[in-house]
Amino acid sequence: MISFITSRWTKYNFVFEELVKRDFKRRYKRTFLGMGWSMLGPLLHLLVMVLVFTHFFGQDIPHFVIHVFAGLKVYSFFSESTNQGMTSLMSNSSIMTKVKVPKYLFLLSQNVASLINFGFMLIVFFIFAAIDGVSFHWRFILLLYPILTITLFNIGVGLVLSALFVFFKDIQYLYGIFTMLVMWLSAIFYSVDTFSLTVQRLFLLNPVFSHIHYFRLIVLHGVIPAWHIQLACALSAIIALAVGTFFYKRYNYRFIYYM
Amino acid sequence: MTIRLENIGICYIVGDYRNLGLKDYVIQKLRGQYKAKEFWAVEDVSFELNPGDFLGIVGNNGAGKSTLLKAISGIMTPTKGTMEIGGQIAALLELGAGFDGEMTVKENTFLRGALMGYTRSFINDAYPDIIRFAELEDFQDRPFKQLSSGMRTRLAFSIACLVRPDILILDEVLSVGDGSFKAKSEARMKEIISGGATTIFVSHSISQTRSLCNKALWLDKGKQIAFGDAKDVIDMYETFLKDKKKL
Repeated sequence: MISFITSRWTKYNFVFEELVKRDFKRRYKRTFLGMGWSMLGPLLHLLVMVLVFTHFFGQDIPHFVIHVFAGLKVYSFFSESTNQGMTSLMSNSSIMTKVKVPKYLFLLSQNVASLINFGFMLIVFFIFAAIDGVSFHWRFILLLYPILTITLFNIGVGLVLSALFVFFKDIQYLYGIFTMLVMWLSAIFYSVDTFSLTVQRLFLLNPVFSHIHYFRLIVLHGVIPAWHIQLACALSAIIALAVGTFFYKRYNYRFIYYM
Repeated sequence: MTIRLENIGICYIVGDYRNLGLKDYVIQKLRGQYKAKEFWAVEDVSFELNPGDFLGIVGNNGAGKSTLLKAISGIMTPTKGTMEIGGQIAALLELGAGFDGEMTVKENTFLRGALMGYTRSFINDAYPDIIRFAELEDFQDRPFKQLSSGMRTRLAFSIACLVRPDILILDEVLSVGDGSFKAKSEARMKEIISGGATTIFVSHSISQTRSLCNKALWLDKGKQIAFGDAKDVIDMYETFLKDKKKL
């Protein structure tokens, strides 16, 4: 397995780097603010949510801005990554029908471009946290773990969606509705603390929520998440990757017939 | 031998979810009305080529020539049959497609080179030659979409043909561009071919196929009608075309 990955890496690292560069540049091509948009979008979203929920609905969650920000940034990473991943094969169809190249590279490069984006958001997040008086400590290092698992989760979901999207274009609209549902079920602008313990456990079945929860526990409460949260993150990544790889392996040679 | 194909078949499925959409697919599947039709674009094609062979593929429109080329280039996986390809392939199919309009000429050159399997150090060294050959020295930092279609083809040709491929695959093109570039590209292609590469060439021009090729393959509606010495196969094909005209 390891030797398989390293041999693939030496063979494809150049093309992969070039694809990541392209996907990253493509997002901000010829816009006035360029990269600024990737920050501004979620920040405005954050502003609206905080305004709405502090002024129209009374809420007493401490560090509310950071609470929402943690949720929003994990959710938008998930939604951006999987939405871009879904179209990654089709949008490169003109290359795939002319040049022989492994198709999964297009999906991976799209995901890495989203991950870089997420990295920038994370910096802004920490700046906000510092301003809001959150105390930093060594446990922040542990955040690398949910970042890794959600990235793998996104890749897995992207593998399934991109394969489906080749065959059924309608999946795009269905998935749009689905991600909206996920957003409401991810406790981004509310807290699950008021629910019963059983309901709280049920929330962990939503991988987006379990990752958000992980972030909040570390950043806002300074505690290391319990084993069942660690497990929820790991399992979501493993299951999504397994299903995604199965789909990809089974259908990838057929894609070209539908492009 | 550099290329060996045995009973290669490529099957498209028509009338399935490609034209249905998810809703209709699910409904038809539930009612048991879902039927997909098979369409064999290429069926039972077998041949062998040695280094230095020049194969011409002839046949009417829709005979499966381009589909077969895609399978040989590795873009498509054949539905059945076995295939052995020995050596690096340069496939000149629809030159100029698959570039990114917003990226510069330089970025596109690196991306395309990477996609074709070249290493970074190789492209770094070869880049000046590619640009010089394509005559695009003054356009390196321009967005690709600003290039004329002639310039695009020139760039694609230069990237594909800079290396000495073992196998050259040509779809209707023997030379690209116009004027001086046409002569230059033709010379470059002849150099590759005479350098011992195996060439596969699809053309509608019978006279061109006759003068260039030593082997020929005749396809009709996906089926292999004949394979062998170019002269024999093309004679057969010409007789077939004449008979057809009489009808």
